[in-house]
Amino acid sequence: MTTRYTKDHEWVRMEGGLAVIGISPHAAEQLGDVVFVELPAVGKSFKKGDDMAVVESVKAASDVYAPISGEIVAVNQPIADEPAKVNEDPAGAAWFVKLKPSNAAEFDALMDAAGYAAFVESAR
Amino acid sequence: MTDAGKPLKRTPLHELHLSLGAKMVEFAGYDMPVQYPDGVLKEHLWTRTRAGLFDVSHMGQAFLRTTETARGTEEAHAAVAAAIETLVPGEVLKLKRGAMRYSVLLNEQGGVLDDLMITRAAMGSGDGMLFLVVNAACKDADFALIKEKLGGRVELEILADRALIALQGPKAAAVIESHFPGAATQAFMSMRPVMWGTSPVLLSRCGYTGEDGFEISVPNADAERFSRALLDHPDVAPIGLGARDSLRLEAGLCLYGHDLDPSTSPVEGNISFIFGKRRKEAGDFPGAARILPELTNGPRRMRVGLKPEGRAPAREGTEIVDAAGAKIGVVTSGGFGPTLNAPVAMGYVEAAHAKIGAQVFLMVRGKSLPAIVADMPFVPHTYYRG
Repeated sequence: MTTRYTKDHEWVRMEGGLAVIGISPHAAEQLGDVVFVELPAVGKSFKKGDDMAVVESVKAASDVYAPISGEIVAVNQPIADEPAKVNEDPAGAAWFVKLKPSNAAEFDALMDAAGYAAFVESAR
Repeated sequence: MTDAGKPLKRTPLHELHLSLGAKMVEFAGYDMPVQYPDGVLKEHLWTRTRAGLFDVSHMGQAFLRTTETARGTEEAHAAVAAAIETLVPGEVLKLKRGAMRYSVLLNEQGGVLDDLMITRAAMGSGDGMLFLVVNAACKDADFALIKEKLGGRVELEILADRALIALQGPKAAAVIESHFPGAATQAFMSMRPVMWGTSPVLLSRCGYTGEDGFEISVPNADAERFSRALLDHPDVAPIGLGARDSLRLEAGLCLYGHDLDPSTSPVEGNISFIFGKRRKEAGDFPGAARILPELTNGPRRMRVGLKPEGRAPAREGTEIVDAAGAKIGVVTSGGFGPTLNAPVAMGYVEAAHAKIGAQVFLMVRGKSLPAIVADMPFVPHTYYRG
């Protein structure tokens, strides 16, 4: 199962035609302890790059951008109820949203794991 | 990175921070630890339950001495007190030996140029001398102002050769007592000179977290060794600027440059406790023409505590609006309070809304979130009261 990444540190994984989206372990570590998560409404549509969700640590608030365009079909309410889950398993159980893509080509244009690792390294 | 592109300054504990795995950031021109590997949340809670060690060496320390009369007499104290009282609205003259006060430097418009601690020398032989601690970002301007305004009356000795280390939290007194016998029963807001081995130390019982604690002025050369000696205690952990900010926010304490600035008066800032009774009656401080009517009639706007009703933090700059959506103020500090496990903020609102329990709304990302004007501190202070 391929996971792709953005320069804003979101990850996207295609599962049964839906894009599962979260923030990278690197992003979670940089943020520190997450204390607040705001998720979008199911049914809402986003264009690639739109503000889609918010994640906040004690220190700061960060936007989570839509990595690809599409419509929200599910949100992970448990991470809004218990934001610390984002630090525990950012790449797995703490996914943010599931989105029905409107343009499959946008997924293919994102970085793969090796590309993202190199990007993170170059930004250090 | 600094505004001027100059290299960042370092405190004597810089290497210690790096060896402890700190994440470093620029603050007031210094390369400072924002957090250690435990992170802001754990560091905050550690300080509330045990003892946190903070490097505050970037702050400005100075001795102010009268040059008008021989030191070591009550007259000398009166002279140096009269000099500093031309810049601050607090009662300095009646300070007892070794007693410290929180105060502010005022501009001619009654705005706050900086907040600071003023301590009278502990020994009779030191009468005529005050110990000042000012904010890092303001220290050059503060010291220049003091020299300009008080030149001829005082000499200012800037203590660039001293580090300042804070130990804060319920276990701080026991830890400090083990190094300086008698510390556990030292009065809150008092300072005394003590020795750490051969090192002359100024031990003050005060802080910026709402907890009991101490600030210890130590010669630069001994700062790391002293800090490591404190850190050897199992109840002591290093704490970065991130938790320092969330701790002082929960304690309802102002951060200069955010909650106080040259446009805000101490009355607006809700720190009117700093005005000495004699000083109010005399009206003999800068900006009295603005401040005295504010004290009598109330200010136009005032700093208040804010408790957002949901979980979303409201950060600095967030607009405060009334039920009709009209702007009534702005958040000056806001975030998440780990002790409360809830968001907390402070900000300035128009006087009509500055009542405990008043309903206001915070405009966070275009949404209007309900909040209540709340009493401060958000977390009760646990200062030592004997």
